[in-house]
Amino acid sequence: MSTRAAKAIIHGLLIGGALVAVFPLLWMLAVSFMQPGEAGSLPPPLWPAHATWHNYEVLFLRAGMGRYLFNSFAISAAITLLSLAFNLMAGYAFAKLRFAGRERLFQLMLGLLVIPAQVAMLPLFLMLKSMGLVNSYAAVVVPAAATAFGIFLVRQYARGIPDELLEAARIDGAGELRIFGQIVLPLLKPIMVTLAIFTFLTAWNDFMWPLIALTGQEHYTLPLGLASLAREHAQDSELMMAGSVVTVIPVLALFLAMQRYYIEGLLLGSVKG
Amino acid sequence: MSSQRAAWWFLAPAMVVLGVFFLLPVIAALGLSLTDYDLYALADIRHLRFVALGNYWDLLHQKKFWSALGHTLYFVIVGVPLSLMVSLGAALLLNSPLVRCKAFFRTALFAPVVTTVVAVAVVWRYIFNTKYGLLNYALGVVGIHPVDWLGNPHWAMPSIILFAVWKNFGYNMIILLAGLQAIPKDLYEAARIDGASPLQQFRHITLPMLGPTLLMVGILTVSGYFQLFAEPYVMTEGGPLQSTTSVLYLMYNEGFKWWNFGTASAVAFLLFVIMFAVTAVMLRLGRRGDAA
Repeated sequence: MSTRAAKAIIHGLLIGGALVAVFPLLWMLAVSFMQPGEAGSLPPPLWPAHATWHNYEVLFLRAGMGRYLFNSFAISAAITLLSLAFNLMAGYAFAKLRFAGRERLFQLMLGLLVIPAQVAMLPLFLMLKSMGLVNSYAAVVVPAAATAFGIFLVRQYARGIPDELLEAARIDGAGELRIFGQIVLPLLKPIMVTLAIFTFLTAWNDFMWPLIALTGQEHYTLPLGLASLAREHAQDSELMMAGSVVTVIPVLALFLAMQRYYIEGLLLGSVKG
Repeated sequence: MSSQRAAWWFLAPAMVVLGVFFLLPVIAALGLSLTDYDLYALADIRHLRFVALGNYWDLLHQKKFWSALGHTLYFVIVGVPLSLMVSLGAALLLNSPLVRCKAFFRTALFAPVVTTVVAVAVVWRYIFNTKYGLLNYALGVVGIHPVDWLGNPHWAMPSIILFAVWKNFGYNMIILLAGLQAIPKDLYEAARIDGASPLQQFRHITLPMLGPTLLMVGILTVSGYFQLFAEPYVMTEGGPLQSTTSVLYLMYNEGFKWWNFGTASAVAFLLFVIMFAVTAVMLRLGRRGDAA
């Protein structure tokens, strides 16, 4: 087989694959601008005949999508900030501070990684219920405020910080908090960005736990709002597509803007893990 | 001494969160699974009774557990190899030195991974629509009769598998691509000089060198696919005829629809044990493959 033929085949396959991967997303965007009922005609239209914002208006004015959007942002941002702070501190401690039982505690924490999160969900629900926290932002934010995986990632990265740097600061009389804030954090910036994007995307896309913990519509995140809309308005495909667009666009945009960091994190988490 | 104390202060917030909101509930789940905790106990804790392994015993004698496990295994056994093959194929294509616009293709193929399951499941529900769906329309063009993808018990799970593969293959593609790039180029050089065909190179260089990465990716994917829930919840609500009710779906229904927390906890633990066993077997087989 000649190189040219091979090149053509490879590109043909890649273009086909990319089309299959991206087409549902583009079609979702196109249908979201169609008139009500337009998508239910044959052949399935690929492009809106008369583009309209109608579906988005219905979503935000009548279906409460604005509220869901706000909740999603608030919850994802809170989880990202809190877990970033907690994971960075703990990961740094595991990597650079000496204390009795360090290795054993770290092993125990890694052991948690094999337990599927769903095992904890039932008692967690009862526990939060007794604390009066079911159906509050806290019910989703607090349990996600630290992750074994995040701590592991930070620890691996922080091990590269030279001990001499920290010792020198200690001899100069700097406190541990100051060393962390002024020396360690700037050095951890790349892993911070990676972890932040990862956490935000995971929190945004999360479904099962919010479905359990957030029982009232006023606290719904976008995936919950969309799932409940999908059950009520199964026939309004244009409306549902607009809802999907609103849900997907923020994370897709974040990913496209920060792709390099995201891919890096993905490889860090798996290849070295 | 002060460094010790500092270390504990740094650790405390994360350890409290993990301990109180994860480790403690996991232990509690084990305890809960040994009780008949239900709606009555939820109202008044004095109704709670210790039933030892009763919940497990009942579950193992109930059709609903075995059928949920069967559906989950179907999803794992068909979905994981399919997903891995697509990922590997895409990674091999992207790794070819002949490819131009590599970054563009990589981003396009990866895009479904970052999307929200619920949102794209809603989109795919329309693609699968019997009457107006694009899939049936496209099949109709080549003369295949419409299939009721999500409404037919035989087709619902294959449809969900198709959707899951579309959604997830990009993740493993990236990891396998990194693995492919780590294989030394001179191995291929030497093979070419010895006259090995591309297929032989793949069989005798690429696959063995990629083995550990494939094993790891396989284990991660299996654990992920065992946790099937959002896809059937949105696309089929577990139906038709329960044909897409997974183990986690059963746990969700038992726990949060019927408030049988004891039974639901037992379901969760059984799933955990099964996942653990499967992972252990895969690791062992993988290691043996390495030694051979």
